[in-house]
Parts: sequence; C-alpha cells; structure tokens
Amino acid sequence: MEVLLAIVIGTLYAAGIFMILRRSLVRLIIGLILLGNGANLLIFLLGRIAKGKPPLIPEDANFMTAAYADPIPQALILTAIVISFGLQAFAIVLVKRAYRVVKTDDIDQMNATDDV
Amino acid sequence: MRTLILQTASKYLLPLLLLFSIFILLRGHYLPGGGFVGGLIASIAFILHAFANGLPQTRNLMRIHPGFLMPVGLGLSFLSGLFPMFLNRPFMTGIWFAEKVAVIGSIGTALFFDIGVYLVVIGASLTIIFTISESN
Amino acid sequence: MNPNLIISPILLPLLGAIVLMGFWANPKIQRRLSLVFHGIAVLLAAFLLAAVSDGTIIVMQAGSWGAPFGITYVADALSALMVLLTAIAGLAVGIFSSASIKSARAAFGFFPLIQFLLMGLNGSFLAGDLFNLYVWFEVIIISSFVLITLGGEKAQLEGAIKYVTMNLLASVIFLTGIAILYGILGSLNLADLAIRVQETPDKGLISAAAILFLVAFGIKSALFPMYFWLPASYHTPPAAVSAIFGGLLTKVGVYAFIRIFSLLFIQDPFIQKLLIGIGVLTMVSGALGAIVSVNLRKIFSYLIISHIGFMIGGLGLFTPLALAGAVLYMAHDIIAKTNIFLITGVIYKIKGSFRLEKLSGLYNEFPYLSIVFAISMFSIVGTPPLSGFWPKVWLLQASWQAGDYWMLGGIILASFLTLWIVVKIWSVVFWRKKPDVINTRVRNELAAALPKNRNAVLIAVGMLTAVSLFIGFGVQPLADLCLTIADQLIDTEGYIQTVLQ
Repeated sequence: MEVLLAIVIGTLYAAGIFMILRRSLVRLIIGLILLGNGANLLIFLLGRIAKGKPPLIPEDANFMTAAYADPIPQALILTAIVISFGLQAFAIVLVKRAYRVVKTDDIDQMNATDDV
Repeated sequence: MRTLILQTASKYLLPLLLLFSIFILLRGHYLPGGGFVGGLIASIAFILHAFANGLPQTRNLMRIHPGFLMPVGLGLSFLSGLFPMFLNRPFMTGIWFAEKVAVIGSIGTALFFDIGVYLVVIGASLTIIFTISESN
Repeated sequence: MNPNLIISPILLPLLGAIVLMGFWANPKIQRRLSLVFHGIAVLLAAFLLAAVSDGTIIVMQAGSWGAPFGITYVADALSALMVLLTAIAGLAVGIFSSASIKSARAAFGFFPLIQFLLMGLNGSFLAGDLFNLYVWFEVIIISSFVLITLGGEKAQLEGAIKYVTMNLLASVIFLTGIAILYGILGSLNLADLAIRVQETPDKGLISAAAILFLVAFGIKSALFPMYFWLPASYHTPPAAVSAIFGGLLTKVGVYAFIRIFSLLFIQDPFIQKLLIGIGVLTMVSGALGAIVSVNLRKIFSYLIISHIGFMIGGLGLFTPLALAGAVLYMAHDIIAKTNIFLITGVIYKIKGSFRLEKLSGLYNEFPYLSIVFAISMFSIVGTPPLSGFWPKVWLLQASWQAGDYWMLGGIILASFLTLWIVVKIWSVVFWRKKPDVINTRVRNELAAALPKNRNAVLIAVGMLTAVSLFIGFGVQPLADLCLTIADQLIDTEGYIQTVLQ
C-alpha cells in the first residue's frame, strides 16, 4: 500500500509540475490542483497508514485501549482540502476573467506587466 | 438542462437534501459529518435546484443573497469561540450544558461553532457558483 | 495577565470584518467604521508589546488543549513587535484608503478584506505551530488575491495571475515541507519540534525539509531566484493595496524565516551559508532591477526585494548583533516601504503618472510635501540619522565581526545602488523643471478630486513619516527591544519551556 501510494504521489507531483510549465492558463490551474492533491496524499502517507483502526472511543469505554490510527493527518488534510477548494475556485474565476479581458489563455501573451 | 423530470424531482429533492444536510451537521461532533460537509450538501441542494429551474428561480426561492450568510455564520462561530472567554477560560474551550436534549444530544459551544461553519460554507460556495454562472 | 489578550489582535480584525460585512451595501459607513477598528488595533498591539517587552513570553492554548497536541498561540517580543508594526501600517493604510478608494472597489468589500488580511498577518505572527502558520498564510493569500484583483483592470488581472500562481505553488511546497517534517518528527508544535529535531537521527531528511521551507518562504518573501512575480504584480493594484502588500506581505515570509529557522534549522552550517549567499544575491540583484526600471512603483518593488536580502543575510549570520539588526531593519522597512508606496500614490494623484519621464517639478509645486517625501526616501537609503541607518550599522558591524566579507560588500554595494536610485528619483521627479507632458483632462480630474481627500492622505503619510523619524532619532528603546528579541531567538530554551510547561 505504501509503495503504491508513493508512486501515486510521485506521479501527481510530476504531472502537476509538467502542467504548470505549460503555457495555457487552464493547464496551469489543473497543474496546481494536481500538486495540491499530491501534497494531501503525502500528508496521509507520512501520517502512517493503519488499516481498520479508527481513532474512535467505543461507547462502552472511556478511553482508547488498542492502537489506533493517527487522527491528526486527517484533520490536516481536511483543512488543506477546504483551503485549496477556496483557492482553486478563486483561481478558476480569475482565469476566466483574465481570459475575457486579455482575450488569450497563452501566458506568453500576458506581458503587459513586464515592461520596465 | 431544463427537463421535466429533473424539475419535478428537484422539488422533492431540495427539502430532502436540506434535511439530510442538517442531519449531517448535527451528528458531526462524535460521528463523521459536521458543518463543512453539511454546508456543502445544502449548497448542492440549491445548485441542483438552479440546474433544474434556472438561476433566477433559485434566487427567488432563497430570498436573501447567499453572501449575507457569510457574516452571519462567521459571527455565530466567533461568538461561540468568544463565550468561554467570559467564563475566564481560553478562547474556543468547549462549554457543554449538563443535560442532554432529545434527538440532538449534548449541546455546547462546539455545536454553535459548527452551525456557523455550515452557514459560511453555504454562503461562500453558493456565492462562488452564482458568480461563475452569472457571468456567462 | 490574562492569556486571552494575546489573540485579541486576531479577534479584533475578525470582528471588524464581520461588522463591516454587515454594512455591505453602505461603503460610507464602512470607511468610517474601519478607522475605529484600526485605531483599537494599535492600542491593543501597544498593550501587548508593553506586556512582553521585558522578555516574558505569554502562551495561550486554544480550547484548553495542552501544548504539543492543541493549537498554541505564543506572544514573545518578536511577535508582539510585528503585531504592533502591522497595526500601525494598517492604520495608515486605513486612513489613506478611507479617502482614496473608489466607491466601486469599496462596494466589493475592500474594507472587510483589509480586516481579513490584518487578521491573517496577526495570526501568522502569533501562531505557535506549523500547520496553524500555514492556515494563517492561506488567510493572508486569499484576502490578498481578492484585493489585488479588485477593480479588474487588464494589468491587474495579468499581475494577479502571476501572483496567484506563485503563491499557490509556495503553499503546496510549504505543505509538502510540513508533511515531511510531521512524518519524521511526529509533531507540529514549534517548541516540541525544536526538541525533537535535536534528537532525531534523520539529519538528511531534516535538511530536505529545510530546503522545502526555504523555497516556500523564499517565494513568499521574494528571495533571489524566486522574486520575479513581485515586480510583475505589486505595481498593478491601487496605492493603498500595494502599500500594505509592499510593507507587510513579504515581511511575513521573513518573519516565518526567522521564527522557523531559528527554532529548527539554523544549527546546520550549510543552511547558514545558503541564507547569507541568497541574501547577498537578493540585495544586489534587486537593486540592479530597480536601476533599470522607469516606473516609480516598479522601482520601489525592486527595492523591496533588495532590502529583504539584508534581513535574510542577517538571519544567516545568526549572531546576536546580526539578528537584532535584521529585526530592526524589518521594523524600519515595514514603516518606510508602506509609506513610500502611499507617497507614490500621492504623486500619482498629483501628476497622473508613475513613469519617470512624465514626472517633474514636484518640489516647486509642493515644497513641504516634498520634504516629507525626502525624509522617507532617504531613510530607506540609510542616511544618518534616519531610521534605516541604525540597522545597517549593526548589520555591517556583525558581518565584519563574523568575517563575512561577501555580506559586508553586498550591504555596501546595495546601499550605494539604493542611494543612486533615490537621488535619481529626487532629481528627476522633484527638481527637474520641465513642462508636464500629461494629458490635461486627466490632470484636471485629479486636481478636482484632491482637496476633498487631501487631509486624510496627508495624515496617513505624515503619521508614517513621524514613526520613521521616531525610529531614527529615538532608536534606543527599539534597539534594546531588538537585542532582547535576538537573545530570545538564539537561546530558544525559554520559548520551548514556556510553551511546553
């Protein structure tokens, strides 16, 4: 499982970086989304994977007795997902607005801010 | 995408989904669920309605602008975090009422915080979606 | 003292944002109300700084969850100083924007967004764990994204795309660093991490995480090879927005550098050398960029980059004097850079252009105003006895003592280049006599708009100039504070003990 996840994470990072190096704005956004998902999976993997041991206290006990999965990575991932949801929604709206105004989605054409 | 089937279905799905979202919101403290997921489900209910009946209808149905839910929700969460400070405890300490309420269970500041999150999520996601689809 | 006080600088802007959002349809009330919140923020921050200036550290465990497990907020002298500087810069920008922001922008929530931005800034200065720092960083960038695009002009949108892309990338890299650090050490609390990082055998992985943090914060604070987004975006939004960006946003990156690296990574001599090298390259290349620019705001954007190098180089030296110099430089730079961008806004209001070839003769028309401008321009060069002078002396002395002649040469070269640029601006924009070449219609509109707003604009600029003069002439109390901060940064035992007690 760990090896499989490591390969998936590596692929996500590689694909994300490949996509943000493209000149099209839409691919740029897709690249950032892929990178974000890769980072979330990385947190998940590095929090150690424990199968079928939820960090929930049974109803008839007062505290955990057996070993359990680390709940922090899931809290981190949830937070990171919420944040990236907002940021990506904003980025998509921005790209759409920019496409309307600049009338191109080629980043090389967006050089109005580059003059000295 | 205005089809009769979806239009009819959305009439029944909207209240059902809203009810389900409140259920998810309330069970969130001890079981999977919570304000964020509940808020997303509630906003999906409205988005489905907008798909079926068009955006103006959904706006009429909601009466208030969804963006208005953001300050309300933020205010609620803020106050629920502030409340323990009046009892001289650190910010956001969970304060619980002793006796349980039927159906909902224990009531505490965490519940009000979650309701605030629920409202903010509905407000923010609907504002985003409405803005994107209106500029077409 | 009640530990809840230390998060009041976070809660106050949140309350402000909520209240201002409640007046969404009425920008006029928002303009006035936001000033009240900015004013209270300065008082609270001053109170907080007074409580920690003797070296005490105040800790608050949010939700009563104990230290390595819950969310911790820590106020030491460095955090409190940054909070106070943020509040002062926020007040100035608030006053300036209450007069200068157009109603169209105000209607899209300009004032609540400024409050959210200040909340994010204060949150990052007070956060005591790594993930919380990440969350506050995201609060900052989401509000800055909206602020930079508000208005939706072509240049703004193009600048925003570069800004948004680089910041999202920095966030992902930051998150990757956090993931690796959590994977190795199993904690997120900074004090807890500082202990565990000493004990771990995996030094190689720690260095890898350090490089990830270096890249993430390097993008945020615009360090040498990663600063190209800054001059492509900071000159596009309105003056009030670029003032708060130029003054504060890059400094959050520098603050994160100082906080995280002094606690976790600085013992590695490779990291120290790397920071000094990057610092020197940043100061020289930023100054060179400023020389070739002809747009006032671009020149100052490059100067921001150049002066970030001083602070990072000071952190790399990691002696008490160098750290005190870096922190004092940061204090001076926040005030001076915010002021310089506001001043550029005033020049634009008067002349209707940012380009050097179109500006001239300001000294003849507005002699007193020009003196105020001169004070802040020459304080960024470091002319004695203005505020930029003292930290530079310390940094020079520290690099001399450490025998780091690259750093010494870099500081001198970058200071000379800054002097050249400032003299060029002064002689062209203020002294040159030349008939104006701007279109008179624009000029008349601007002249008509000015008198109504003049007072607020002048109060904002005058207040920051006064603070800058105070730092220059009355440097002793601040210098003592900076030495206290440097001691706290080098001897982290007190920080760790107080948090984990």
